Amino acid sequence: MNRGKKRLLYVVQNILLIIYGIFALFPLLWMFIISLKSDTQVFTTTFLFTPTLENYKEVLLQSDYIKYMFNSLIVSGGAVIVSVIAGVPAAYALARYNFHRKEDLAFQILSFKFAPEILVVLPLFMIYQKIGLYDSYFGLIWVYQLISMPLLIWVVRGYFEDISVEIEYAAQVDGYTWYQIFFKMLAPLVKPGLVSSALLAFIFSWNSFTFPLILAGTKVQPITVAITKYLGTDTAHYGQLAVAATVSAVPAMIFALCIQKHLVRGLSFGAVKG
Amino acid sequence: MNKKDKVAGMGNLNTVPFKTRVRPYLIVAPALIITVGIMIPFVMAIWYSLTNYSFSLPNHRFIGLKNWVNVISSFKFWNALVVSVLYGVCATAVELALGMGVAMLLNHLNNRLSKILRILLIFPLMVAPVTATIVWQLMLNSSVGIIEKFLNVFGIFNFPWAASPHTALLTVVIIDVWVNTAFMILLVLAGLQSLPKSPFESAKIDGGSAWFNFVNLTLPMLKPSLYIALLFRLMAALQEYAIIFSLTKGGPGDSLMSLSLTAYQTGFRFQKFGYALPFILVLWLIINITAKQIVKKQRTAQKQAAGLE
Repeated sequence: MNRGKKRLLYVVQNILLIIYGIFALFPLLWMFIISLKSDTQVFTTTFLFTPTLENYKEVLLQSDYIKYMFNSLIVSGGAVIVSVIAGVPAAYALARYNFHRKEDLAFQILSFKFAPEILVVLPLFMIYQKIGLYDSYFGLIWVYQLISMPLLIWVVRGYFEDISVEIEYAAQVDGYTWYQIFFKMLAPLVKPGLVSSALLAFIFSWNSFTFPLILAGTKVQPITVAITKYLGTDTAHYGQLAVAATVSAVPAMIFALCIQKHLVRGLSFGAVKG
Repeated sequence: MNKKDKVAGMGNLNTVPFKTRVRPYLIVAPALIITVGIMIPFVMAIWYSLTNYSFSLPNHRFIGLKNWVNVISSFKFWNALVVSVLYGVCATAVELALGMGVAMLLNHLNNRLSKILRILLIFPLMVAPVTATIVWQLMLNSSVGIIEKFLNVFGIFNFPWAASPHTALLTVVIIDVWVNTAFMILLVLAGLQSLPKSPFESAKIDGGSAWFNFVNLTLPMLKPSLYIALLFRLMAALQEYAIIFSLTKGGPGDSLMSLSLTAYQTGFRFQKFGYALPFILVLWLIINITAKQIVKKQRTAQKQAAGLE
């Protein structure tokens, strides 16, 4: 291949990347632009307009939006905390011990991720109605375990497996108890993996839609379900719709930036070690 | 007790004390109780699919396979099956192809542009499906959307997008592709970067063409990662609910009534709970069988890839 051809290929490749970049990122920028437009400017302007924070004021101060965000925070945060407390020891056991039917058990936990959400939620709706968990924080936190627990167990298990058994032996020879070894030695070693998978579990829970749509009433409704109100009502307030969407998306994006190094591992449940 | 045996499972079963032997089960138990507890409804679902359970009836009774027969002989079911499979396969196929292309460009160029994009591309993936739907409504809407303005330049006015049964599937697939292509990119990119160097170096000496190297080296060694990406995406896309629900609630007409949406509508809107369950149980069956096949293929690919190194 001669030089000119190579140069051309390089330019074409860059252009292709830029086109994909625009496809992936422009819609988010457009949402942000609309969130800054007044109700009339939405219809009459494209890129040139006088930005206003009116929509933000309207959504964040004049409506219940903050309450819904708070609900999302409680439910997603609660779900992750429960998953960490119960899941980390389980991940350790699945990484370190050899016990009867271990792999079956691990796959069973993973299979929860693949169960259709509607299938889980239809019967659960009845049970929750009967035992009073419908429209409660606890009820949502419990069902969110299907999102956060498999993720946490599988990813953290991989990080435990990366630590050599030898150093555990060494610590035991030095007379440390199992609990000391776990908290003083292993915990700091898996911390980056644990924190990143916990954040990813938080993002997934934050974004969850089907579970709260059916199992949450007005009291504990999270942001993803509340946002549909803006979709349905009179369509003139596109600016407010854009604000609602922007505000719901920003926390997840910030978290994602914090964990980008561990993202591949988390997204593939530890199957691909990026 | 010998201290070394405390890292359980390492010693012979007969010499390990009972307490140590049950410890792993005890440690896994809380996680399992929490998740299995929530899966009890799943077992109930199978039972209720054999009853005439309804929220509007005071009692329910066993009616055998009647629901199943009714569901499978209905047009609604086959329509829903086609929608689910079409959505799942189209979205996953486009995401896989596009994701592979972009990942290879990112890996090959390795310039400043690609380094910035690698970070920024994850944003759509982190957006909730509902939010993604809003984002695209703001893009596609005929009065405020920029795409309408763009299409006007080419003389296309009022492209119907989600409003027409002919373009509704296209619209939801675009949204799904926008959200999830980044997942494919990340996984393929990680796969590409973990490829061993030596086979490519010897191929260079042999002087094979770029295409030859791709088909005979890159692709087979990448296959294990590709299957994993495929597994995760296809399983999720087959049961996609949030995007379709928030965009059109399954309409216009029945054009987007997938198995998930049909089950939801039958169960909650029409209050026929027992009748709703076969729809979703069939989907679960499809997902399970497909997942097993992909996992099997992944294992074979992994063995072949190991042989190439």
